Amino acid sequence: MTFDVSLIVDALPKMLVGIGLTFQLLVLSAILGLILAIGLMLMRISGKWYLSWPAQVYIYVFRGTPILVQIFIVYYGFPQLGFIRDGVLWPLFRDPFGCAIVALTLNTGAYVSEILRGGVLGVDRGILEAGSALGLSVRQKFIYLTTPIAARLALPAYGNDIISLLKSTALASTITLADMTGIARTLVAQTYAPYEIFISLAIVYMILTWILQKSLGRVERYLGRYMQK
Amino acid sequence: MTERILIKMQHVDKFFGTFQALKDINLEVSKGERVVVCGPSGSGKSTMIRCINRLEKHNAGQIIIDGKELTDQVADINAVRREVGMVFQSFNLFPHMTILKNLMLAQRLVRKIPKAQAQATAMEYLERVKIPEQADKYPIQLSGGQQQRVAIARALCMKPEIILFDEPTSALDPEMINEVLEVMTDLARDGMTMICVTHEMGFARSVADRVIFMDAGEIVEEAPPEAFFKAPKNERTKKFLSQILTH
Repeated sequence: MTFDVSLIVDALPKMLVGIGLTFQLLVLSAILGLILAIGLMLMRISGKWYLSWPAQVYIYVFRGTPILVQIFIVYYGFPQLGFIRDGVLWPLFRDPFGCAIVALTLNTGAYVSEILRGGVLGVDRGILEAGSALGLSVRQKFIYLTTPIAARLALPAYGNDIISLLKSTALASTITLADMTGIARTLVAQTYAPYEIFISLAIVYMILTWILQKSLGRVERYLGRYMQK
Repeated sequence: MTERILIKMQHVDKFFGTFQALKDINLEVSKGERVVVCGPSGSGKSTMIRCINRLEKHNAGQIIIDGKELTDQVADINAVRREVGMVFQSFNLFPHMTILKNLMLAQRLVRKIPKAQAQATAMEYLERVKIPEQADKYPIQLSGGQQQRVAIARALCMKPEIILFDEPTSALDPEMINEVLEVMTDLARDGMTMICVTHEMGFARSVADRVIFMDAGEIVEEAPPEAFFKAPKNERTKKFLSQILTH
């Protein structure tokens, strides 16, 4: 078997055109997913069954099904529903980019909400008791004590999820999006050289992961600055 | 002047599931009084003082703090907590804030004190516990004794009427116990009303107006320190004292 380096040199710049789309998918669904996750987590720890129960069902459904299937349901399934076609959100679901964002957001939101819950539950009870003893309200304790400490505790697992989300964006190529993976697949169809092209694609993802890892490490050091003796 | 009664517990019971942690507790503490509570572990000492600022809810009886009864009313509880400081065995400083911020947080949020004034108060109490130079450090960078002194200063910043100490020296290395006891003795001399759960019998002897011995959820004996240590009346008290005072 031969390995054609010139093919890689050719393909790389073309794939990098898709990096913008990959990046948009990652950033948008990460931000929206985080907002969703905070809401789900608050519902889950509210102590009220009518909030906690729907959140648990949601989390179970989205962790219990493959993300690829979720993307297909949103992209192929939703448009079959009349109320979606007639609804205000139709422009979103008509567009594969919108569908990808929706599916990635819904999926990552489920995972991240559990990560955040772990952080919140990890906050030392004694610290919250000290807050109570000083007369802080429930809300004040949550904002000034629980949130910053839980953020530090949850960050390593959260970072893991962001990296995993980066790789999930590749699935958007299955619904016609020309992200890096989408472009790579087109190139393979043109050149019949899957080996070279997919290897270079893999390397690009690894470089992106490395950048993410480094940035997350920075945030981790910042949030953990008070733990250094 | 008649003594103002700050803490009044009447027939207080507390259950954890089916376990009865407090049995018919009756206690009155007047302004300026210094009460030491001792007893074997599991006797309900901590539970009793945790009921006073409602970190634990009592199941029966009445607890009245400076005229306000402790009920489920959130506003009342917070009003009481503002007046009752607490120092914990494990310090419970806020790990993500500097020492100064630890001392300012509740002043700002609960007492609504302006920043500059809160900071001045914080520094004043840090001076008082003799660690003003640590103001900008994080709790983890301090020794246990220093952390506990910060915790005392944090409670004092709220200008409470009463301070509750829940075994404040039990988690400390031996060489750090004295620095904390000194601060507490100092407070007692200034007339602070305090209830202190502790096994430091030397401290009890020198500062307490009254020593309370608890066992199995009950107040078994209550006496001024002289009488308490020289002539305990109850058998359980005698046994406890012989166990902790032999070495």
